[in-house]
Amino acid sequence: MMTRTSEPGIVARQVRKSFGDHLVLDNVSLTAEQGKILALLGPNGAGKTTMVRILSTLIPADSGSMRIAGHDVVTNPDGVRAVIGVTGQFSAVDNLLTGAENLQLMADLRHLGRDAGRRRVTGLLEQFDLSDAAGKLLSVYSGGMRRRLDLAMTLVGEPQVIFLDEPTTGLDPRSRRTMWQIIRELAAAGVTILLTTQYLDEADQLADRIVVLDQGRIVAEGTPAELKGRIPGGHIQLHFAGPCMLRSAAELLPAAVPDLDQLVLQVPARGTVDSLRELLDELHEARIDVERLSIHTPDLDDVFLAVTGSHLSGQAEENLTPQGAQQG
Amino acid sequence: MTTLAYTVKDSRTMLHRNLKHQLRYPSMTLMLVGIPIVLLLLFVYVFGGQLGAGFGPHEGRTAYLDYVVPGVLLIAIASAVQGTSIMVAMDMTGGIIDRFRTMAIARASVLTGHVFGSLIQTLAGLALLIGVAFGLGYRTTAGAAGWLAAIGVLALFAFALIWLAVALGLAAKSVETASNTPMFLLLLTFLGSGFVPTTTMPAGLRQFAEYQPFTPVADTVRGLLSGTAIGDHAISSIAWSLCICVAAYLWATRLYNGRRAAEPN
Repeated sequence: MMTRTSEPGIVARQVRKSFGDHLVLDNVSLTAEQGKILALLGPNGAGKTTMVRILSTLIPADSGSMRIAGHDVVTNPDGVRAVIGVTGQFSAVDNLLTGAENLQLMADLRHLGRDAGRRRVTGLLEQFDLSDAAGKLLSVYSGGMRRRLDLAMTLVGEPQVIFLDEPTTGLDPRSRRTMWQIIRELAAAGVTILLTTQYLDEADQLADRIVVLDQGRIVAEGTPAELKGRIPGGHIQLHFAGPCMLRSAAELLPAAVPDLDQLVLQVPARGTVDSLRELLDELHEARIDVERLSIHTPDLDDVFLAVTGSHLSGQAEENLTPQGAQQG
Repeated sequence: MTTLAYTVKDSRTMLHRNLKHQLRYPSMTLMLVGIPIVLLLLFVYVFGGQLGAGFGPHEGRTAYLDYVVPGVLLIAIASAVQGTSIMVAMDMTGGIIDRFRTMAIARASVLTGHVFGSLIQTLAGLALLIGVAFGLGYRTTAGAAGWLAAIGVLALFAFALIWLAVALGLAAKSVETASNTPMFLLLLTFLGSGFVPTTTMPAGLRQFAEYQPFTPVADTVRGLLSGTAIGDHAISSIAWSLCICVAAYLWATRLYNGRRAAEPN
């Protein structure tokens, strides 16, 4: 098979892309070492999918240099295609074929040869717990089964680098955990993975490094621990009975971010008892009634809040995610 | 293996996939094959008595059957390529095309799979239709050479229209559009010499009918199978087929290679 290069799985330098007047990627640079998971975290429209489409040779960048496992994306796209696997946001399976036929199609297109192809298909069906449904048409597959098949199809050619564009969007919590486990095992086997997600917990759980993308720009990057270290105290959420109180509190605490729909004010915290007492005293003196409060240990949303001034999770909720069900 | 060998291998894989699709989507396959048969019965048994009167006092329905078979064969082609457009559009609007594009496969194989799959389906449909025509009493003066030539002319024309349908399927933004745009081909079969001689049409329409591609093809096939005069129709039908084929091929590959290049996110 293919020899593994010593070069990083993914290197992108100063990637720019615009659609018409709209700048989608503004000098984005990222590196994923071999066998590591890099998460590209950001809300809808941040440019995550565009970055994946460029790196996987689907669309050209306006400028910038990109190498995948040592192959240049611009000058040697077929070399790149031979070593990558892509699982896109929308399932890339053939609905008129059975699960086994879908995998066999990939084996044939990867020129695996009859026996090797069959072995690979059988092996993947077992690995992804699809053996029972192998002979069934995809119309009877559940969402989770389709995702697993989708990923299995990506793995037929034993890619060195895998792009996973929002691999768990729309999955139930159980399928989501199964998918996470598979992704971890792949990385442990030496596969470089670029994962896009708008779920903080997903990036936190899986990634070795996280690149936070907002409106085409990298706004933060580092290991999950490093990113969380930037906001040591987490935040305090103040819940109000009405918008008037919320507004007065927001005027009093300019660093806080109000949410008028939820009647919640999110206040950055230092994580000490004294600072909490200070905050409550300040509110009391201003005669602002707080209905209740909750204290949040730092998570990536705080990072996102700190670097962009807006929430990330609000975006995720719009997509009917099982975010709430995932906690705890 | 060489690049060419890979291209052939990938095209065969895609052809295999396409033929499987036809079996897995039988409602469409049956409709595309069934419509021409229904039209043949309609034209022979409903219109045939009246339309056949023009062919002589004693001839009637049987004479019209002999006349109309090439026309219905063209309907079968126009009907089958509608399926090509739909299948291509289904591929292009689904997620699977992005998977193919990120794999190191012969780029053209996606299209050639559709083209040869459709050609096989079209020829099978034509064979079935000819069988039905014989069942209804179709008489032919053609020997093996005549039949081979007629099938060759039809296959070449079908090949050209299939490429055109591929291009229409690629150009369509949705599967619904792709199922509608090739309809004009079905209309063209009627605005030619397939069902009535063009001499019976009013001026204007008649000129159009005589100079559009379906007429020389219908006349050539009719000449080969029934012994009527072919004249220069053979040359023009081949010329039309080649022209449509080359133009549609260029259009289709251009659409295919440039597709989605400008799509945001």
